[in-house]
Amino acid sequence: MTLGTDLAHSLELRQKPSWRRAKNTLMSVLLGSAVVVVAIPLVLIMYSVFAKGGAILFKSFPAFLTHDIPPTRAAGPGMGPAIVGTLLITGMATLIAVPLGVLGAIYLNEYGVKSKFAQAVRFLALVMTGVPSVVMGLFVYVVWTLHHSITPPHELTGFQGFGGSLALACLMLPIVINATEQMLKLVPDGLREASYALGATKTRTVLTVVLPAAGSGIVSGALLAVARAAGETAPLLFTIGATRVINTSLFHGDSTALSARIFENAKEAVANAQERGWGAALALVLLTFTLTVIARVTTAFATRIK
Amino acid sequence: MATQPDLRGKGQPADKTFGGLAIGAAALVLLILALIAITMTSRALPVLRHMGLGFFTSSTWSEHDNNFGALPFIWGTVYTAFIAIVLAVPVSLGVALFITQVAPPKLKRPLVYLIDLLAVVPSVVFGLWGVLMLAPHLNRSFLTAGIILAIMIVPIITSLAREVIETTAQADKEAAYALGATRWEMIGAAVLPHSKAGIVGAVMLGLGRAMGETIAAALVIGSSAQIALSPFKSGDSMPAVIANQWGEASELQKSALIALALTLFVMTIIVNLIASRIVQRSLKKTRGA
Amino acid sequence: MVVDSASKPAQDLSPKSSVRTAAPSVPEMRPSMVAALMAAPTVFEVENLDVFYGAYKAVRGVNMTIRKNQITAFIGPSGCGKTTVLRCLNRMNDLIPGARIEGDVRYHGVDLYAPDVSATEVRRRIGMVFQKPNPFPKSIYDNVAYGPKINGIRDRAKLDEIVERSLRGAALWDEVKDRLKSSALGLSGGQQQRLCIARTIAVEPEVVLMDEPCSALDPIATARVEELMRELKQKYTIVIVTHNMQQAARTSDCTAFYTAELDKAGQRFGQLVEFDVTAKIFSNPRDTRTENYITGRFG
Repeated sequence: MTLGTDLAHSLELRQKPSWRRAKNTLMSVLLGSAVVVVAIPLVLIMYSVFAKGGAILFKSFPAFLTHDIPPTRAAGPGMGPAIVGTLLITGMATLIAVPLGVLGAIYLNEYGVKSKFAQAVRFLALVMTGVPSVVMGLFVYVVWTLHHSITPPHELTGFQGFGGSLALACLMLPIVINATEQMLKLVPDGLREASYALGATKTRTVLTVVLPAAGSGIVSGALLAVARAAGETAPLLFTIGATRVINTSLFHGDSTALSARIFENAKEAVANAQERGWGAALALVLLTFTLTVIARVTTAFATRIK
Repeated sequence: MATQPDLRGKGQPADKTFGGLAIGAAALVLLILALIAITMTSRALPVLRHMGLGFFTSSTWSEHDNNFGALPFIWGTVYTAFIAIVLAVPVSLGVALFITQVAPPKLKRPLVYLIDLLAVVPSVVFGLWGVLMLAPHLNRSFLTAGIILAIMIVPIITSLAREVIETTAQADKEAAYALGATRWEMIGAAVLPHSKAGIVGAVMLGLGRAMGETIAAALVIGSSAQIALSPFKSGDSMPAVIANQWGEASELQKSALIALALTLFVMTIIVNLIASRIVQRSLKKTRGA
Repeated sequence: MVVDSASKPAQDLSPKSSVRTAAPSVPEMRPSMVAALMAAPTVFEVENLDVFYGAYKAVRGVNMTIRKNQITAFIGPSGCGKTTVLRCLNRMNDLIPGARIEGDVRYHGVDLYAPDVSATEVRRRIGMVFQKPNPFPKSIYDNVAYGPKINGIRDRAKLDEIVERSLRGAALWDEVKDRLKSSALGLSGGQQQRLCIARTIAVEPEVVLMDEPCSALDPIATARVEELMRELKQKYTIVIVTHNMQQAARTSDCTAFYTAELDKAGQRFGQLVEFDVTAKIFSNPRDTRTENYITGRFG
């Protein structure tokens, strides 16, 4: 290992008091056991999710993915609406949050940099990452869902998938801004100078030189934000309502999502509903894992090119 | 050249537009935060006017007589977060130290991936597991909620602590070894003093996360509005009660729940601010070294 | 010319008394050649230029004339304003917050810092090559085509032609013609710098400014770039900042020597000491400071 360790080993030729050695061994064991302690719940949870979820998901494949959600007490698979909901709602949230987040980060790194306003925004973006998701959900309920039930087209409850997207976008925005700004900072100034020296405007420089250079890092950060959003429940509870049938519209009628359904089914005492909950959990876990893996692969791929 | 070159250019409308868009997007952050503060406060006013400061000090929460006291939930939030921290910090530190000091290089990467995996699992899945697999054995209580929260915040604390620990100067570590220190003694002499501040910051960030966590807590905390000292009793936390009671809440109750959300908002912001200041300062200090 | 024998550099045309070691050799210059240099059309006129960073006056009182199709070298020790003045010529200092100038920089009679002058227009005519090669992380083709695309050239055939012409002009075509689509980052340092030169000349500027273009290159790559400069001189006006006196002596027509001084307040600032035909600077400089520098007594 390190030079220090070799030195230490050679010095160990001198007899250390045995209690010091024992303490050292004890500590190493303790540290190792910490890892085991972390691994246990992870293994247990993953086992439950994959075993129980897998049972219903694969036993009735593809029905689980396509059927409507049966009433609580009924047996049978069916999480189609939730899957569609998660994909649509998270997708819309991504469409809102990522461009705005990237633009915001561009402002912070390319325009404002050290200005008072930029410092304030940077600070507030940090603050915003700490806002509990339940607060975001309530916020969107108050400013959007409530109004939606009052103004035309007078949806009675105001619940719609889009409200969930707004709430998720609010959660994603500061994450995307922070991650993108870090990536933009990594682009060497020499590239910007070269572009300006050729007579390019700032806009062109940012769009055709800086963004492509930071590209993979931005994509990776965005994917991680999407994975986080897909798993969020609280922002949706107050905004999207609930439904058992597939609703492909984000603007008309209640929607549902995997995370919300898992929450609902977890509260049920009925085994059938719980079973479906595990299935939904597996679907959600697979979705977030896939997004994370793609994000990591993108980063690894990009650094290999450089 | 006989004629002078024309250097006036076309003016750059595209530049102005793009710059305007960028600054607008950045301003959104301000706008949203301001809107949150304003709208939540205005919606919370009804119950605050009704209860006065008693909202924060009363421990009765009854929808029927419009008597809303937030104290049990503030207690629940703080208590479960405390339990989570007590459980998570030794484990996170242990893992962080193991990864950075003990693990052979080949083991390091998979371990880091393991931690990252834990971080990616949605909190609702933790909640599902907690209520269906853990609660039957442990009953719903502060402790159960604390355990689930602990599992959730371990990855956060671990990865931040790991980052800070890795900035310990190699020279410091070797100096300790050269004096005949065992690995543990070296950790105590070189790594821990250097990383203390950063670790505290990481812990506080985990604390902030634990306080704000809604779903997992909502499922396993037991939903009873009591202030109990025993971790085995059930209780409630602010986000949990908001999630559980919102569906059928009366108007004033909704206002009360929003007031709770506001309280939670302020508390988590304060914790997160202190935490990031500590972490940033410690990372900056060590990078300069 | 009355010259103090003790301070005469080695390669001087007039009788020598002591041999100095450090002063670089310059090719012999007849008076008619000097006159021809001085008669070339003016490209830049710099008059009483002061450069400020915020309140700090970093460069003071620069006066010089840069002429067409010549190589003008800025030499001098580190931190005496050479790069700062160079960057004033294409308004690159605008990018540094707080930077401003007083005095005049005129390009073909037009004040470059007039309020209605667009910096991007300036930079289309006055290109720059930087110390550290900075190709874009794009293909070789896209690097060279970047400039022409800015100027609105979209036709594929025309772009192909410009890319080839520019790469040939930078003596890089033969080495990369079979891999135009491969990443520019795969080239060696010397090749990357020649690519940057190709990129710069692709927009057919009148002037090419070079900020220590060879300092990050090995001697062989350096020699190739110097050779390139001699060819480029025929089409372009070149201003080069260099730490390498021998390079300036070898390649340039006129040389400007800068130095750093301390003012009464103890603040360091850069100033132009002497500006003249290269042969004269290196064989018979007017100022003692110039002589000290070129003979290696300091800096």
